[in-house]
Amino acid sequence: MAYSLPELPYAYDALEPYIDAKTMEIHHTKHHNAYITNVNNALADHPDLAAKPGEELITDLNAVPESIRGAVQNNGGGYVNHAMFWEIMKKDVPFAGPIADAINAELGGFDKFKDAFAKAGATRFGSGWAWLVVNGGKLEIMSTANQDSPLSIGKKPVLGLDVWEHAYYLHYQNRRPDYIQAFFNVINWDKVNEFYLATK
Amino acid sequence: MHTLPELPYPKDALQPHISEETINYHYGKHHNAYVTNLNKLIEGTEFASKSLEDIIKSSEGGIFNNAAQVYNHTFYWNCLSPNGGGVASGLLAKALIAQFGSLEKFREKFTQTAATLFGAGWCWLVKKEDGTLDIMQTSNAGCPLTYGCMPLLTVDVWEHAYYVDYRNARPEYLNHFWSLVNWDFANKNFAG
Repeated sequence: MAYSLPELPYAYDALEPYIDAKTMEIHHTKHHNAYITNVNNALADHPDLAAKPGEELITDLNAVPESIRGAVQNNGGGYVNHAMFWEIMKKDVPFAGPIADAINAELGGFDKFKDAFAKAGATRFGSGWAWLVVNGGKLEIMSTANQDSPLSIGKKPVLGLDVWEHAYYLHYQNRRPDYIQAFFNVINWDKVNEFYLATK
Repeated sequence: MHTLPELPYPKDALQPHISEETINYHYGKHHNAYVTNLNKLIEGTEFASKSLEDIIKSSEGGIFNNAAQVYNHTFYWNCLSPNGGGVASGLLAKALIAQFGSLEKFREKFTQTAATLFGAGWCWLVKKEDGTLDIMQTSNAGCPLTYGCMPLLTVDVWEHAYYVDYRNARPEYLNHFWSLVNWDFANKNFAG
């Protein structure tokens, strides 16, 4: 079964003024959609792989034949990463719950988390993602290049920030750090808590 | 001390193919930031007195990224011209036909290579050490000089090169790129 573009859980303008409606629309209907089209094309002759949930597909790239592994890593990653990205954004959700406790206990509190996460995003050269992941039961901040997923190296993402230029260029142009600061206003901590608890 | 070279044409000269707004950001912000960052990073290091090309050939990490991006962008601006476009001529045209079968086939392969670079990067026409031509992709700041190749022509396919004008439509940007190609510059590089 082919993967399909998930609907956004909110309107394109729901994250204004931090992320503008035009950016959301193009990001969702063009970029995310293209990754899905491309991963479906790559898996056209592999119904067994296409039957897996996207996260499973990306978790075990070794199960993907070498001839299409790059395409699956890139486009399957693009599919899964964006699907999560839409979910973990919403305005006005307080920093609370088990993830807040864990960030306070393991990463030195919200401010330190924020600085480290912002740095991970700002210093990713080229295209990629900043992540908050669970690795061996512990929280970690990291970044990946392009559409690489932490799942592919055994780490479980609970929060991801797209720092491809397409994620911010219409509104922030070259000012990636401004976009990253804005992102902290639209983190859906309820969802991040769900992802975090699911890693337990 | 490295400096931002002047653009070889006014900022609005590449319209309608590349907008003045794009140039303002791409040249005025991105290219300029690479120059500023490079100067900061090399201050007080062994790289401070080296030429840009030497830095590219002998560095890695942040210094390489910024040095190569300074070089790549300067090269890119020179590959474009308001009087550009058309097809290759002269010795380069002969070499392209010999290598790729025809000028159309070269254009097709170069466009395809540029369109399929995943993420941020560049597409290059290069002359290899053995004198033959090749088309190569480089990721991020990647530069042919690292591989002992002489760059003849490049197109920037970082999203910042086309997002203001073409959004996600990289192929459309590439179509317009061909209307701007400075074949005289490419020919000079080939002869060089």
